[in-house]
Amino acid sequence: MNIIKIEHIAKIYQLGTQEVKALADVSLKLDKNEYVAIMGPSGSGKSTLMNMLGCLDTPTSGIYEFTGKNVSEMTDNDLAKIRNQEIGFVFQTFNLLARSNALHNVELPLIYAGISAQERKERAEKALADVGLEDRIHHKPNELSGGQRQRVAIARALVTNPSIILADEPTGNLDSKTGEEIMGLFNELHEKGNTIILVTHEEYIAEHAVRIIRLRDGLVESDDVVRKRYIPIKNNLAKN
Amino acid sequence: MNFWFEMKEGLFIALRALRANKIRTILTMLGIVIGITSVVLMTTAINGIDGAFQKGISALGSDVLYIDKFAWFGNVDFWEMRNRKNLIMDDYSRFKELAKLPKASAPVLRARKTLKYGENNVEGVILVGSTADFVATTNFTFELGRFFTRTEGQAARDVVVLGSEVAKNLFPRGDALDKTIKIGNHNFKVIGVLDEQGSFILGSFNPDNQVFLPIGSIFKYFLNRSRGSITINVRAQSPALVLDTKEEAIGIMRKIRGLKYDTTDDFAINQQEGLMNNYNSVVGVIQIAGLFITGLALFVGAIGIMNIMFVSVKERTKEIGLRKAIGARRRTILGQFILESSAICLFGGLVGLLLAVMLSMVIDQFLPTSVQYSAVIIAILISLITGVLAGFAPAYTAAKMDPVTALRYE
Ligand SMILES: Nc1ncnc2c1ncn2[C@@H]1O[C@H](COP(=O)(O)OP(=O)(O)OP(=O)(O)O)[C@@H](O)[C@H]1O
Ligand SMILES: [Mg+2]
Repeated sequence: MNIIKIEHIAKIYQLGTQEVKALADVSLKLDKNEYVAIMGPSGSGKSTLMNMLGCLDTPTSGIYEFTGKNVSEMTDNDLAKIRNQEIGFVFQTFNLLARSNALHNVELPLIYAGISAQERKERAEKALADVGLEDRIHHKPNELSGGQRQRVAIARALVTNPSIILADEPTGNLDSKTGEEIMGLFNELHEKGNTIILVTHEEYIAEHAVRIIRLRDGLVESDDVVRKRYIPIKNNLAKN
Repeated sequence: MNFWFEMKEGLFIALRALRANKIRTILTMLGIVIGITSVVLMTTAINGIDGAFQKGISALGSDVLYIDKFAWFGNVDFWEMRNRKNLIMDDYSRFKELAKLPKASAPVLRARKTLKYGENNVEGVILVGSTADFVATTNFTFELGRFFTRTEGQAARDVVVLGSEVAKNLFPRGDALDKTIKIGNHNFKVIGVLDEQGSFILGSFNPDNQVFLPIGSIFKYFLNRSRGSITINVRAQSPALVLDTKEEAIGIMRKIRGLKYDTTDDFAINQQEGLMNNYNSVVGVIQIAGLFITGLALFVGAIGIMNIMFVSVKERTKEIGLRKAIGARRRTILGQFILESSAICLFGGLVGLLLAVMLSMVIDQFLPTSVQYSAVIIAILISLITGVLAGFAPAYTAAKMDPVTALRYE
């Protein structure tokens, strides 16, 4: 079963008399443990598509099935639950709570999942350790570098063990070296079996992905598997 | 997810947000502090006045009737009452002879004079002239000495009993007994001092501010016998017999005054009850007006909170978007902001309450007041309700925000 299946999705914004087709007609299927980069010129609908996939937004028309369930039939609470437990979001601007330290930022999704304080702390610490920030857990965002902030944001996305990680230009605000480091992290997650979809403008970032989807004017321009799925030597986690 | 978990976590988040903006939080709180302080103080003051009045009025005794030329209340024409015959001592003598029901009755005639002892003087003191029976129509207790005797009364001796406040002013050291004071230009010997009886609310009618002397002395020195109209104080044997005693008194008075069956009474029988009703209607209005005005202060405070909460929601649009993106439900966001405004109000309310308690201790020096438990509970409830109501509209806007639009917000 596809983890994500969208058919003839359209998203149309009505600005006065003018119609803006952010997405015109997009169909896609994504499987577990895929590693997808979405590319395309500015305004081509990448973010709109990501928001749709992340259940933040609903399509004007078309069908979206998330793990076999029709999203457009879900209530607000169901959607919140999916966002909380099945999806991990990473944003270009990190979107951390400025006044809270790294630990609290990472704990946040667990609060909404109703997990007790003790377990929250343990899981958040582990997620931060997984992204290499075990010695920064009490730092506030303004006491961290851009790369470290994005790592906190990734830890926050990971902490609920979501089925899919959505990252909209995760390296867009970082220099290329830091960007590469972040991509290293995504590669690792992919190797561990996570499903990753990311939006990027940079070819060298997209090269990390296994599949590249190019959008133009709200339509899929191309959709190619660009390299073989990477199978780690140590353990074959990615297979299952 | 269970309710208490959400409350607890919501409260933590709310407190975090409030701490992040200390100055603003405190300024917003100030509105509620002022509102709650004034509401609590107002209720406390009203209670204080009320208590004082009840105490004062009970000094008058609920079982005492006052037969008088003038009615205290009611719609009898003043000029009609003025033209009535005076009540004189003979009326009293006949009344006393005929009335079977009263426990005691006494004539009362008042005058106003300045009292002097050495350097101390008290101006405009009400002199209550009566007979030895007077004390039985009251609940007076004595700090020093005694009331004047029947003999002293009939002989119109120059003796006087002082109310506690008068005694305090003339004899700050409390050594009034057997001293000779000057009432007007005449010497009187102090034979007794009353315990504190009434309350300030009755003003110069408070027994504490009066002195008591034989009615004959009043006639002798201060008032021409033909001028004053006396009052007859009549005490019933028990509160249950007040009505019967009143009926009897009316009958006897009509007989004494020689009224025909078809003429109306040319006298009035006054009762504490009338005073009470009158007072209640006046105080009712003051109460409503006072609570309305102070309630207005609270309302302004609540609007301040609502305003700040709207600003806060606007400012944190992006944060709200993020929270929604990572799984906060509408209801969770709604709860979070309502908790925030409730926390401001509750805390402000507690501070206001504390302030009111301290202020009432100061006021207590002039007007006996104390903050009541019910006022405390009501104040806390009101602040909580204010918080929820003021927070609801802003919280609702936050809850119904579209996550994508919210995240885009700059
Ligand atoms: N809320 C909105 N109201 C109106 N038009 C919108 C709205 N959101 C997006 N659009 C339009 O939809 C189109 C697609 O926007 P989208 O943000 O998906 O582009 P993108 O591919 O992410 O661009 P970029 O690379 O610059 O981030 C744009 O033309 C944009 O103007
Ligand atoms: Mg975009």
